[in-house]
Amino acid sequence: MNSTAIYIIVTALTANLIRILPPLFIRGQIKSRFLRSFLYYIPYVTLAIMTFPAITQATESPLPGLLALVTGIIAAWRGLGLFPVSVICCIVVFLCEWFVS
Amino acid sequence: MHSNFTKGLRDGIPIALGYYAVAFSLGIIAKRTGFSAIEGFVSSTFMRASAGEYGLYTVVAASATFVEAVAMSAVTNLRYILMSAALTQKFAEGTSLLKRLLVSLCITDEIFGISIAFPGRLAPSYTFGAAIITTLCWASGTASGIIAGGALPANIVAALSVALYGMFIAIIIPAAKKDRYVLAAVIVSFVLSGLCSIAPYISEWSVGTRTIVLTIIVSAVAAIVKPIEEKEEDCHE
Repeated sequence: MNSTAIYIIVTALTANLIRILPPLFIRGQIKSRFLRSFLYYIPYVTLAIMTFPAITQATESPLPGLLALVTGIIAAWRGLGLFPVSVICCIVVFLCEWFVS
Repeated sequence: MHSNFTKGLRDGIPIALGYYAVAFSLGIIAKRTGFSAIEGFVSSTFMRASAGEYGLYTVVAASATFVEAVAMSAVTNLRYILMSAALTQKFAEGTSLLKRLLVSLCITDEIFGISIAFPGRLAPSYTFGAAIITTLCWASGTASGIIAGGALPANIVAALSVALYGMFIAIIIPAAKKDRYVLAAVIVSFVLSGLCSIAPYISEWSVGTRTIVLTIIVSAVAAIVKPIEEKEEDCHE
């Protein structure tokens, strides 16, 4: 077995061990109101943090990403679902890059 | 049961498209490190983590020790502990341990996002459906990137790379619209995340570390300022 294979096994085992730890130790509903509130906010907070400023760095210059963010927020606020919002963001970036070139 | 699996497959399509694009660009980096298409496919199948895999290529390139490889993987994937813990509260009472563990293994940023947005208690088959199609595209995207390199036009790659963020937005906004404290937490997250990416010292941390630290701080403050009511909890469950 070459060393790349060992690196893959070692890093993959670590990544997946991290994923299964919580369900091994947390079975039922958590009693603490603070912890439940903490876990209630986590998804939205962490996704927001991962979206900005990363979306402005995914594109060549920050502006297309920023426009995609604003357009996506408006579209989602108006009630559009996952797929339409994603497609709208892609189109905004594509059009921006197309106008520039 | 079957329809939840199909629904998962369907909701997984936009994620899978975005994954293919991101994995493709990841494959280009993997190739520089000397990864074969098979190694890229296998590592992507079993890790399913963009930052984690990027870290893998850097440790291989640096011929780092295996202890360093474990540390790198732990740090870049630590946010999955938080997501996995949040998902434990989403399971129906009778969900078997095996299914809970399998669902937690499926966690990526996006699979977590759509699983938490699933109405009511989580049907594990929904997560499995989404995980299967997205993992397939993620792994084949990496392999394609290694094989085809820079064949795809740059503007297409750029456009596809924001698909993931579009999905994040579509998950965050409906919740923020319903609960103004979530809205406040989201705005604070945007601002702090933006500031931390340019702040001296903090901006030198890896993106993974910044994400974990900010997530814990903002969520903890939000939980103290506005703990959930029993009634509110019922309506998001």
